[in-house]
Order: sequence, then structure tokens, then C-alpha cells
Amino acid sequence: MIKIFGNFLERLIHNNHAEKTDIYGSFKDSLTEKEHLTLEFSPSKISLNNRWGNNSLSANFIGDYLVTFFPHENDNHHILNRQKLIRSSVSYIANELLENAMKYCDETSNFPITLHAQVDGDNIRLFVDNSVLASAAEKFKNFIKEFMVANPEEFYISQLEKTAVDNNSKYSGLGFVTIVNDYSAKIGWRFQMLERESPLLTVTTMVEISV
Amino acid sequence: MEVKGENYNVWYDNDSNYVNFSGTLRLTGMKDYTPILDLLNNIAEKQSGKITLNLQQLEFLNSSGISMLSKFIIGMRKKKSSEMTILASYNIPWQGKSLKNLQRLMPSLKLEIE
Repeated sequence: MIKIFGNFLERLIHNNHAEKTDIYGSFKDSLTEKEHLTLEFSPSKISLNNRWGNNSLSANFIGDYLVTFFPHENDNHHILNRQKLIRSSVSYIANELLENAMKYCDETSNFPITLHAQVDGDNIRLFVDNSVLASAAEKFKNFIKEFMVANPEEFYISQLEKTAVDNNSKYSGLGFVTIVNDYSAKIGWRFQMLERESPLLTVTTMVEISV
Repeated sequence: MEVKGENYNVWYDNDSNYVNFSGTLRLTGMKDYTPILDLLNNIAEKQSGKITLNLQQLEFLNSSGISMLSKFIIGMRKKKSSEMTILASYNIPWQGKSLKNLQRLMPSLKLEIE
């Protein structure tokens, strides 16, 4: 009964609020003609905790892989530092995006989580797709709207203060905030309906850094 | 005192009086960081509010870990006579990027990046 009512509520929220596609922030589409790599994680019966370490593994791999597109022709200190910076930044960002996708995806759906990385000149773009229930998507959109109009530094400090007082008070989105504030990244989101009458949406988070 | 996981180690060194961090800390959320937070609070209490965190061997820290450190710092700044130092390394890029924000939470925090 509770489950049926829950599904009904999800559909109601979905039908009332979700447009076919909603774009927020500096979202850019993936350009398939550019150098790219995609990892796809199928839904799994293995618990989130047991799969958690894989996020770090995948994030480090993406960091190591993308560095090869920024070769060190001159083996000097500057280039090595740039490579270290690229590897570290990509690893941090990819890990945060995967952690968020794992935490907030609908685990009962068959929709996979994908991590797509792309090199476009001196820009690196990371895209993560995951499913999300309509009710969770609404909360997420509210966070995005608040974040997009805020001063990033002030918002960062205020989120740290809030989570220190009560970890469960509100979705902090601290991963996204650190990505924008500490890594000078551009960030955007695209929400899409999976199918009509479904309480499930997909969200693609895009992060772009200049390296 | 020590909190050890598959890819990380956090321990108190009696000789230097530092709390050392090493490896990769990417735990699931604040709940999983509680043992480390408890260790930091215990050391701070034992040393009358004086504590040094040595992060120079900590390769990665996720945003939940940053949140844990900020929670500890916010607790410290409430105490009188607290004296806190963080030792960091420019060789580990995230430290130069993210740790400066912690100083905004507690201006008296000494951040030494080498």
C-alpha cells in the first residue's frame, strides 16, 4: 500500500514539475568527434558500500588515461607539474561525480551509471549519467538553483557550517561546490524524462576544466 | 591511537605529537568518518586544544573528508586556547586547492604548505 502510494506520489511530482528536458548551469553536450572514453556501470545486487572503492579506482584510471593526451615532450619540471595537476584534478572530480551518482541513483531501476570523459583542446569534460526519482530530482533542482545564483566561496563556507551542525539537515552538494570553487570548473546539468508516466528521470552532470 | 583502513592510515605519533594522515581517504559519508573525528577530538582534548595535523602523505581526500575536517575545525574554534596547525604539501595538488578554505572557518588556523 505504502509502495503504491509512493509510486503515485512520484508520478504526481513528475507530471507536475518535469519538462521533457531541463538544462541548468553551463551544460554542454558531448562531442563524439573529440577524443573520448566511456565507462558504464551496470546496476548491481552488490551493496553500495561494497562497490564504493570502485569509484576511486575508476576515477584514478580516468585521471591516468587523460594525462596521456597532454604529453611531456620536454621532460621539464613545468610539464610534470601540469600532468600531476591534471591527474589529480580529474581523479577528484570524477570520484565526486561517481559518488553522487551512486548515492542518489534509483537502485531499483535498470538504468546504468556512465562516466564519459572527453578532451577538447585544453579543456577536459566529464559527464556522469544516472537515474533519479522525480521527488529527489526536485530537491536536487532546488539545490542547483540556489547554488547557481550564490557567490561560490560564500556558499562553500555556508555549506561547511551547515553540515558541521547537522549532517542530515539538507542535501549539501559539497562535492559540486568544491569542484566549482577549488578547481575553477564550469558545471551544468541536464534532466530528461525516461518515458511518459515513469517516475524516473535521468540526470547528466557535466564538468569542464581548462588544463 | 590509530584508525586504519584498506587504503589509508591515521595515527598519532607520540614523538612528534602530530596526527599523521596517509594514503587515500574516500569514505562514504560522515558516519564512516566518525572514528577519525573521534581520534582528532581525543587528541585535541588530551593536548589542551593544541593539535597538529600532518597531511603531507595524504594523496586524496573526498568532499565528505573535507566536511569531516571542517566539522572538527568548527568544534575547535569554539574552544578557548585552541591552537591548530595543518602541515600540507604542494606536491599533492588537492592540498593547495582545498585546504585554504579551512582557514576561512578558523582564521587562527596555521596552514603550512611546503
